[in-house]
Amino acid sequence: MKHGKYRFIAGFLVLPLAIYAIFVISPFVQAIYYSFTDWTGLSPDMKMVGFDNYARLFTDDVFWSAVGNSVTLLLLLPVVTLSLGLFFAFMLNVGGRRRKKAVIGGVRGSGAYKILYFFPQVLSVPIVALLFQFAYNPESGALNAFFKAIGLDNVQPDWLGDPQIALWCVMAAMVWANVGFYVVLFSAGMSSIPKDFYEAALLDGANRLNTFFRITLPLLWDTVQTGWIYMGILALDVSAFAFVQIMSVGPGGPDYSTEVLPLYVYQKTFRDGQAGYATAIGVSLLIVTLVFSAVVMRLGRRERLEF
Amino acid sequence: MGSTSEFNRRDLVKRAAALGIIAVPSMGVLSACAGGGGGEDNKVEKGKKSAKNPLAVNDSAGLDVVIFDGGFGDKYARDAQGEYLKSFPKADGKVKLSSTQKIQSTLQPRFNGGNPPDLVDNSGAEQMDFGTLVAKDQLTDLTALLDAPSVDDPRKKVRDTLRPGVVEMGQFGGKETWILYYAYTVYGVWYSRSNLQKLDAEYPQTWDDMLALCAKAKKKGVAGWTYPGKYPYYLPFSLYPFIAKIGGEEVLRKIDNLEPNAWKDPAVKAAFDAYYELYKKGYVLKGSPGLDHLQSQKAWAEGKALFIPNGSWVENESAKQIAKNPHFDLAVGAPSSLSPSDKMPFGTLWASGGEPYIVPRKARNAEGGMELLRIMLGKKSSQNFIRQVSSLTSLNGGTEGLKLPPGLASAQAALQKAGQNIVNPRLQDWYVALQKERIGVGALGEMMAGRMTPDEAIKKIQKYADDTRDDSSVKKYKR
Repeated sequence: MKHGKYRFIAGFLVLPLAIYAIFVISPFVQAIYYSFTDWTGLSPDMKMVGFDNYARLFTDDVFWSAVGNSVTLLLLLPVVTLSLGLFFAFMLNVGGRRRKKAVIGGVRGSGAYKILYFFPQVLSVPIVALLFQFAYNPESGALNAFFKAIGLDNVQPDWLGDPQIALWCVMAAMVWANVGFYVVLFSAGMSSIPKDFYEAALLDGANRLNTFFRITLPLLWDTVQTGWIYMGILALDVSAFAFVQIMSVGPGGPDYSTEVLPLYVYQKTFRDGQAGYATAIGVSLLIVTLVFSAVVMRLGRRERLEF
Repeated sequence: MGSTSEFNRRDLVKRAAALGIIAVPSMGVLSACAGGGGGEDNKVEKGKKSAKNPLAVNDSAGLDVVIFDGGFGDKYARDAQGEYLKSFPKADGKVKLSSTQKIQSTLQPRFNGGNPPDLVDNSGAEQMDFGTLVAKDQLTDLTALLDAPSVDDPRKKVRDTLRPGVVEMGQFGGKETWILYYAYTVYGVWYSRSNLQKLDAEYPQTWDDMLALCAKAKKKGVAGWTYPGKYPYYLPFSLYPFIAKIGGEEVLRKIDNLEPNAWKDPAVKAAFDAYYELYKKGYVLKGSPGLDHLQSQKAWAEGKALFIPNGSWVENESAKQIAKNPHFDLAVGAPSSLSPSDKMPFGTLWASGGEPYIVPRKARNAEGGMELLRIMLGKKSSQNFIRQVSSLTSLNGGTEGLKLPPGLASAQAALQKAGQNIVNPRLQDWYVALQKERIGVGALGEMMAGRMTPDEAIKKIQKYADDTRDDSSVKKYKR
């Protein structure tokens, strides 16, 4: 009857698979097809141009700075966000001074901090981006006003207007907007780690650093890995697009210092009327994303700890 | 967390979901507006041509209009639509007017699908690329409209009632006119007369006076200039006419035609040097490279800087901030004279059409779209527009009997003073990416922030211009 069982299962999967094929697979195929045409996006009339669009990518300086910036975001954003998230979550749940009766506990007032950290999640991306844009305003923004107030009158950076630091400024806003989510996610993970592990470690005289690296992190590994992929995709995708589009000079500048791949796709389609070329950029974005996911999953593969 | 095989499956679902998140936005965005769609002709029948209906509009056909809802809003178009219904009462209920800021994302699928509206105000940040629309034959030639009699005077053609240069702006090298610019924008150096009076100064007619005034202002803690560093392509609004003034209109024509070494003209260098000097002497408001247009206009309206390169929409856009100082007395200045040997006289100005209206090729009721434009270009609708949004229209004159706000009155006076010395650089509508991003953000912004010398900026811009000329995917134009 084994054969019949598979047929039975397949019967149930026909509809979801069909929906998946229509709404997920077919746009992929379509987009790849368009990347071989000179489609403008403004008229249905187009012709095949073979690999012309891809050949053009290789000599396009803006494309390469977009790749560079996207990869920088991809490498740094998850590290910074997840490290901060882990650190905060650890402090909120485990890192506090030991109190009576409780084996482990967070720092004083951890409940309030939890709400505070999560708060940016309530705000939508454009609002966060706008808030930061106001703070970065070199002429009347909070940051430069702060520098002035503490007597550093000469330190008045242009923030988003300076190609050396513009990308970091955008990245800071993205970290701020996302770190709260990971604090909550990791907190949930940490609260499900059995308390006796910590108790045993503490009896053995382990300090906070040891408990973190020997107990918390290994037991949270799956959550961290999921967070890593999710954050990486965020760095490559709509979120990066929205932050850069709203905040940065140009947008995408100054001097292409904040140009990212999704923004370049958008500009080529909706500003320059070169949708065919834009899909070629989109396909390269897809490749970057797939490589990233593959690398992360391979690196993250390790024995699952069971408890 | 559990320890059963359940865990693996959940993990898999998570990963699949994560992959799905990549897939959908990065690719779906593009395919959502995929090409295809029929091109069958479903035009309405033409009506009867008469003196009152010179374009032969089918008087009972529907009309579909899409307006850019930007600084000018859409009320002026709705009012004109009311006039249209007075002429064609049978169309009542079938005339549709919608307004949006997202012109391209709203209309791209309709162009692709072959059912575009009958009249479009293709403006704003999401403007559809004109070069592409023309190259792909998506627009109706407006010559019939231009040759029709005007609403006000049946003896005059619409063509003859327009401001100089408006018809040419709508052409792309051939005889056909694809675009009709409805608003008329005056670009230049905008300032407050009262803020200058506080320094016992008038608008400086020579560059030496300009520098002297900036030095004087600096002593009082006021910057000479500011500009939207986030959108450095505002700088050309005063810089390009300055170049034309120094070296003659010919220089700009060569630049527009992407001729080799067009940017290496000495006039360009002289103009760049002059602006760079503003930065070097500290006459530019600190932090300007990080400001957007609203922020820089705010700083300027608050009197932190005297001058700002801008267009006549600034009066409407900054109205609230300007109103805080009742004696602000907004005015526009033409570029100052760099030296007595400048090729063009003081007063040389950049003025050109704004709010580009198009009638798509596949519009069902193209005649109706043109007829509405004809009505809008009449005196009644034009004056209505001027009153509502304090901007001029392409209808020549038409301001008699209207009390103009200070900025618009000054723009009107500047136009009169300029006479024939109006320049109209086409880079900004012919090669949008080159003008806004490459030249603006890539070079001018860098130069005015002090990160690039004029020589480096010119070299870089020349390379950008050469790249655009050699890029076969960009359609080229000549004037």
